[in-house]
Formats: sequence, C-alpha cells, structure tokens
Amino acid sequence: MSTTSGSTGSPHLSGSPSARLSLTVDGVRYVDDVEARTLLVHYLRDTIGKVGTVVGCDTSNCGSCTVLMGTADEPGRSVKSCSVLALQAEGTTVTTVEGLAGPDGTLHAVQRAFHELHGLQCGFCTPGMIMSAIDLLRDNPDPTDDEVRDGLSGNLCRCTGYQNIVRAVRAAAAELRAQVTASGDDAVPAPRQPAEVSP
Amino acid sequence: MTVTEEREVGAARRRKEDARLLTGHTRWTDNITLPGMLHLAILRSPYAHARITSIDTAPALSRPNVVAAFSGADVAAVQGSLPCAWPVTEDIVHPDRPPLAVDTVRYHGEAVAVVVARDRASATDALEAVDVSYEPLPAVLDLEPAVAEGSPLVHPDKGTNRSYTWIFDSAAAGTGTDVAAADAEVVIERRYVQQRLIPAFMEPRSVIVDPGMGDYTIWSATQIPHILRVFYALLTGTPEHKIRVIAPDVGGGFGGKLQVTPEELIAFMAARRVGRPVKYTETRSDTMLSAHHGRDMIQDVRLTARRDGTVTGLSVKLLANMGAYLGLVGPGVPILGAFMYNAIYKFPAYRFECSGVFTNTTITDAYRGAGRPEATYAIERAMDELAVEVGLDPIEVRRRNWIKKEEFPFTSVAGLVYDSGDYDAATDKALSLLGYDALRVEQAARRESGDPVQLGIGVSTYTEMCGLAPSRILGALRYAAGGWESAAVRVLPTGKVEVVTGTSPHGQGHVTAWSQIVADELGVAFDDVEVLHGDTRTSHKGLDTYGSRSLAVGGIALVEACRKVRDKARTVAAHMLECSPDDLEFTGGAFRVRGTPDAAKTIADCAFAVFAAHDLPDGVEATLDADATFDPQTFSFPHGTHLCAVEVDTQTGHVGIRKYVAVDDVGKVVNPMIVEGQVHGGVAQGIAQALHEEAVYDESGTLLTGSFVEYTLPTAADLPEIISDRTETPATSNPLGVKGVGEAGAIAATPAVVNAIVDALRPYGINDVPMPCTPERVWRALAHAQDGGGAA
Repeated sequence: MSTTSGSTGSPHLSGSPSARLSLTVDGVRYVDDVEARTLLVHYLRDTIGKVGTVVGCDTSNCGSCTVLMGTADEPGRSVKSCSVLALQAEGTTVTTVEGLAGPDGTLHAVQRAFHELHGLQCGFCTPGMIMSAIDLLRDNPDPTDDEVRDGLSGNLCRCTGYQNIVRAVRAAAAELRAQVTASGDDAVPAPRQPAEVSP
Repeated sequence: MTVTEEREVGAARRRKEDARLLTGHTRWTDNITLPGMLHLAILRSPYAHARITSIDTAPALSRPNVVAAFSGADVAAVQGSLPCAWPVTEDIVHPDRPPLAVDTVRYHGEAVAVVVARDRASATDALEAVDVSYEPLPAVLDLEPAVAEGSPLVHPDKGTNRSYTWIFDSAAAGTGTDVAAADAEVVIERRYVQQRLIPAFMEPRSVIVDPGMGDYTIWSATQIPHILRVFYALLTGTPEHKIRVIAPDVGGGFGGKLQVTPEELIAFMAARRVGRPVKYTETRSDTMLSAHHGRDMIQDVRLTARRDGTVTGLSVKLLANMGAYLGLVGPGVPILGAFMYNAIYKFPAYRFECSGVFTNTTITDAYRGAGRPEATYAIERAMDELAVEVGLDPIEVRRRNWIKKEEFPFTSVAGLVYDSGDYDAATDKALSLLGYDALRVEQAARRESGDPVQLGIGVSTYTEMCGLAPSRILGALRYAAGGWESAAVRVLPTGKVEVVTGTSPHGQGHVTAWSQIVADELGVAFDDVEVLHGDTRTSHKGLDTYGSRSLAVGGIALVEACRKVRDKARTVAAHMLECSPDDLEFTGGAFRVRGTPDAAKTIADCAFAVFAAHDLPDGVEATLDADATFDPQTFSFPHGTHLCAVEVDTQTGHVGIRKYVAVDDVGKVVNPMIVEGQVHGGVAQGIAQALHEEAVYDESGTLLTGSFVEYTLPTAADLPEIISDRTETPATSNPLGVKGVGEAGAIAATPAVVNAIVDALRPYGINDVPMPCTPERVWRALAHAQDGGGAA
C-alpha cells in the first residue's frame, strides 16, 4: 500500500512516546508516526493539512471540530475530533467537511441546504455543524424542529441563532429522503474509497 | 425595444462567501503556515492583583525546541502601552497598559511571559519552566466597592479607581429642560445591573507576524485591520508603509475583535526578536480570560411622569466597569449609550452621568450594541414600571411618549436628529404577529386560576444610533479617529469589476451585498463583481467593521464610487455614440441615446474602449475606476418592536419562551436573507444576556466562567423560533435609504425577555429579576416575595 506523509510534518516533540498510525481521511490513506498525546484534530490540521476542520474550544463544548469516524464499509459516526486521540483512529475511515462534496464538486445535500437557507454567517462552526447534522439525519431521517435542536445541541454557533441551521437541516432531510425514495440507497453516502497515492 | 430593470438590491441572493466556508477551503489565521514559522505560548497571571517579585524565563530556554523566552521586564523599555482611542474626558485617568506586565499584574489572565518554540506543544510545555514569584495584593472586583472610600487601588499611583466622569445635561446643552424642575406626579426609581458578558466569537483569536526584512506582514483574526495597522506603526515605531495587515477569514467578532490586543503586540515583539514568523493562537480558555468582556454596569434610573403616563424627565447615573485598564474604545461604550436612554421618546428633560471605574478584572469594551443595549434595557424596563404605576398597558404608555411618524425629523433631548421612523407601524405589525390581545386574555385566565405556570408578555420598542459615525461628532466626543468609509471600484478591460472596500466583514456577507449594489449601479452581472477587503495592501484605506456601519457608511462610499465610474463611462459612451452625455440615459445596464434605445454602450464596452485608449475624449484618463470616501452627516436610526411571551414555572423558576416576535425597520434592505440572519443572531445574543450568560469572578478575582463549560452560550435546544418581519421606512440621510442591522436584535431582545418574565411575576409582587434570569434566580425572587420581600 502506498501512502502519503504529512504535508507540514509532525512536530518534533519532547521525547514522549509515538506510534505508527494508519487511517483513511477523505478518501486518502495516510501513515504517520504520531505522538501518543496528539489529538485527532491536531493530527488532521497540523500533520496532514486538513485545516477545514477547526478548533473552537478546549473543553469539547463547541463541536467545531466534529468529523465522522467509521470504517471502510460503515459511513461513520460523528465524533468531536478534539476528544479523540489520533491513535484511537487507527484503521478507521474519517470524513471531514473537505471530503463531503462529490469528485465533480457536487455539494452534499446538507451543504447545499446550508447555502440555500443561509445556515451560516462567519462559517467557523459550519464544518462541525454540517458533520453533526449528517450523523443526526442518519439516525433520524425526518426530524422535527425540536429533534434537530436537541440533536445539534453539542455544536455551538454564535452568529445564526440556529434558526436557519434548523431550517437547513430539515430541508436537507427532505432532500435526502427523496433521494432514498428515488434510488433505494442509504441516504448517507458511503465513504470514498481510498485513492492510491504514490509517495 | 423594452428595457427591463432587474434589481439586485432587495433580492435574497445566496452568499458568494459560502462556497469556501461550506467545504473547508478556509483561510482562518490559524490555518496559515509560513516557512520557518515559530509558535508562541503565553504565561498568564493566576492572580487578580499581585506584585511580580521575581521572574526567570531562562529555565524555559533549556526545554526542547524552545527558541526564545522573555518576560515583561525584558521588553519594558520597548513594549510601549496599548492604546485607548477614546479618552472621553480631558482629565480621564488613563494608566499605561503594557502588553506584558512588568512588575504588577492587575487581572487574572494578564500576560506575564512568553515562550517561542518550533511547535505549539513545545511552547506550551515550556511555560511551566518559567519561574515567577508573586506577592498577592488586595483586589477590588465590583463597581461600588471600587469607588468607596478606602478601596484597594488598581493603579495606586493614580490615587483613584475612577477613570472619568462624563455628564450630559439637556438643560446645559440647550436640548431640553432641567430634570430637577420636571413635573413629577409619578416617580420611578430603579436600579438595573448589566451583568458582565463575554463576546464569545467562535473563532479564537490568532495572529501571525512575519518580520520579513523589516517589512512586516501580519495576519490577525481582527475586525479592524486598518486601525490595527495605524497602531502597529504608532506603537512599534515601524514605518506605516512597512506594515501590511491582513484579516483573512475571520470567524465572528461581535465587537470582541474590535481591539488592539496584547497578543498582537507580543507576537510582534517576539517575531522582531527572533527574526522569523511567529504565530499565536489562543485557546478558548485564553479567550475567556484575555479577550475583552462586555457590559458590566450599574444603572440608577429615575423617571418622572405625569399621571397620564407622559414622561417629564429622565435621570441616569451609571457606573461602568472598565476592568483593569482602558480598552481601545472602552470608555466610549457607555457614552454611546448616553444618547439612547431617551430612546424613541419625546422626553423634555434628560440628565446622564457616567463614571468609568477600574477593577481587577479583564477589560471591558465593545460587545454587540456597545452601550445601546444597556440603555435600551434600562429605559424599556423603566417604561414597563411606569405603565404599572399609572395603570396603563405597556404599549399604551409607550405610544403616549414616542415620536409620531409626522414629527420626523426629530431632534432628541440628547441632541441627535432622528431622520425617520414609524413606531406605530412596527408596533402594530408586531402586536398582530404575536396575537397580543389573545395572550393578554390567556394571561388573565391563568392569573385568575392560580396556574403554577404563569404567562408574561414583554415589550421592547427600541431605536439605535447606527452608521458609526459622523467624524465631526466623533471629534466632539474626543474619539481619536474619524468615522468615514472608503470604497474603490475598478472596471477591468473585459467588463468585470473589482471592488475594494474599507469594511472588514467577518460573517456579515459584504461580498454578496456589495456585489448586489454594484450590479445595480453599473448594470453588470452579480457574478461579474469581485469584492476585495481585509488586506491593507489592496484595501489601503478604511475604518473597518463595527457599530452597524458597514452598509450605512461603507455601502454609501461604494455607491458614490460607482456613480463616479458611471459618470466617466457616460463621457466615453457619448464619445463612442457621437452624442452629448446629456442625451444618454443609463438603463438596463447600458447608456442609451434617448429616443434611440438601440444605440447603446454598456459599461463593459466603455471599459474596453478605455483600456484600448485609441480614441478617448480629450482629458479622459485611460482607466475606468474611481475612489470615494463617505463621511456621514448624521447617524442612522433603525428601530423596531420586539415582543416576547414567556411561560414561567413558579414552582421551579424555569422560563420558557413561548413566542418571540421581532419587527425591525432597518430602512431599505439590500439582501433580506442576510438581514433576517442578522436579526436571528442578534436576538439570540439578546436572549442569552436575559437568560443564560454571565461572566463570574470569585472573591479572589479568579474568573470562574473560564470556559464554555461554565460560560453557557445557548445551544440550539435553548433558543426559540424567532418570528421576524420588517417595516420599511427609508433613511433620508443616505442615497440607499439604509440604516444598519447588525446590532438591532441584541439591543431589542434583552428587555423584551426580562419584561416578559417580570410581567408574569407581577401578581407575586415582583418587579425585577436580576440577569441572567436563571431558574434559580427566578425561584429565589419568588421565594423572597413570599417571605414578604418583593418589589424592589
């Protein structure tokens, strides 16, 4: 298996133990030596340059860093990547906000709905909000307003008052249900297969 | 031929900004990595007030990957003092504010030492090796103790904790009569406390300083790249033209990024010392301690009125907590409020007195609304008290006092000229949307039946002064800078348009709204407009984004620049069409000869002709571009009526918002979708002040609400659906008729919610619940009332 290594390189840290990590992120397989204490979000941002996923707090309250973590066959559940050690992601398939759009750039239904219904202003919480919404809709394809509000209560937004986020998630739900009806497939897209990348 | 005009202004255009934000293709400052870049960590004071008896950063230097470490003492001679641009009185007490504390720390979280290392973790790890000894000093945290005799002094060399006292008196100003002489058949005296809030933008602040070879490039998560550049020049001695400041994607601000911060200066000093780019990105815990807080005032309000509910005079005495130092515009925040206590009303007499007070706390400064939410809260709470006292419905008592539509323009008792408004229209619409009368009937029934869950209806009729600001007025108020805004419009040879704006958006959608304005003014496609901002190299003039100013000031500069471009293009078009410029009309995106509409030249035609320059009229330069700077003559005055119905569980103290209606009049609207979003977000922050948020210090001055665990931003599950609508009374003070919307919701919502809670609890003899009205506070108010306490 060929691999890519980190674009910015792992920091050379203070001699704390490190270990080999291999995982797939947004369709690309990575193998890196990471320090045991490295959080998944810092691995994503600092080692492999996935800076679309952001850090908004240091107490796992804000949810800005939410990604999906699963396996090659299983689309993954939302996790706050600040609350997962990078090494805990060994062998998993991670999807970030950067991996949602199709190869031709077609946006995911949730991304489209956030755009159409003005579900973002500054956009900092948006990556986490979108990933949480996708997971929420997998559990509950037809949520009420209150169910959306409860389901997203692990993600803070300071700009929107959440109202257009709720609208967007419900609109996306309707679209995803229509897709299922049309295709008979699972509403949540399967993770992209790892690309073979030459070192 | 028929020429149709499809207007972009007024359309709910989806935002151009979204594509990158939705897909993670973002340029937050912390996303930027430069070659050779080092990372900074900051050691902060654990004490609210202490003398630094010794500090040694040398042990940190032996830690792995550490490149440099220094303390305030190491840079004392060069670090200077952070600026206050608004010394509101001549005799203001304005202590130095070094970016790094030198011998004394004056609030929990003040920076004392820094470590620069190859990576963030190494820098943070090495902080523990910095050896600091403190001798704790007595701290003062609260306003009244701070101004009491014998209080510990935050700055002992100044001999007082009172920074300034600023007074407005309508009798002295000639804008009204003397409050002391006012008819006082009814007197309402109340004290309201504006709790301390934390702006809590979602993107923590981050700054990168690249020292280059003495030509500095600085990326900062700031609202004010232009102002920051000026202060970098003034504070560091670096020539201004050797400084480039970039505000890339900025994740929210709400006033909280309207500051020149210690961290920005510390990063600059560090980069200059090590000669390499240095990045500092704060943790959320750092933000809570160090980024400025908002509100924190005690308001003593005295309203006099006649028995019929007509207000005869208003006196306000304010104590405003500045924190340990003066922030960039901190002293001016309550002064902005001074002009708004009289609100939408025709009060004949008004007196305002405010003292800014030092305490051993984080500085306060602008937070969404900045002075105006506080003023609106106090007057709207007091008007409800007056209504109860004279036995009128709260809407009726307001109607008897507010300015009527036909009375505009109206000079307020505070001396501002309100250009337009229609308070009846907004209120009538809000009442209808809420179903006010039916809710009053239900309220009466619940009171009658002794329902444990009581219904309350809160009213808030607000106005605000927006479009900061006329430079002349700012000068009179001793603000250091002006309030103009700048725009440049460049039509490229192929007819595409580049716009450079001096505003600095961080979520407001200027790229979209400015594109709409340009599309209409120049007759070009929305997608053919690019808006450049937030980089002093491309946008060299500007005063940035705050105070609901961007559209009402920057948008007007943009319109004027477009019109200059159009005038020049008209000359060129006339030359090409061999007619007089006066024979041309500009419709459907082109100059057309009157009576011969097929003879037409678009802006793009003109742009290419100018670019080729083969046959230009005499005296016409070979560019199709223009700059404009707009300095407003007056403020703009959005207004509206917000109504809130709450259900209060008198057994648990729980408050549930049953219905929230916002009817805002922000004048003409460029993009109704963006306007509605601003209202939602503002209302959410206003509700948050009423119900959820408070920055709390313990007795020793330790910030207890130091993270999002303790400082409880409302989640989606905590907030109601907001029913929003608009009335539209165009501003007469600018060519777009716009007024501004950024702060409206945050101003209106807080009193609407608290008035509703108090309204629900009136039968229990309660006339106030301190904010935030948590279940515990509501329950305690009820318990106290049942013990025979009650009305304040």
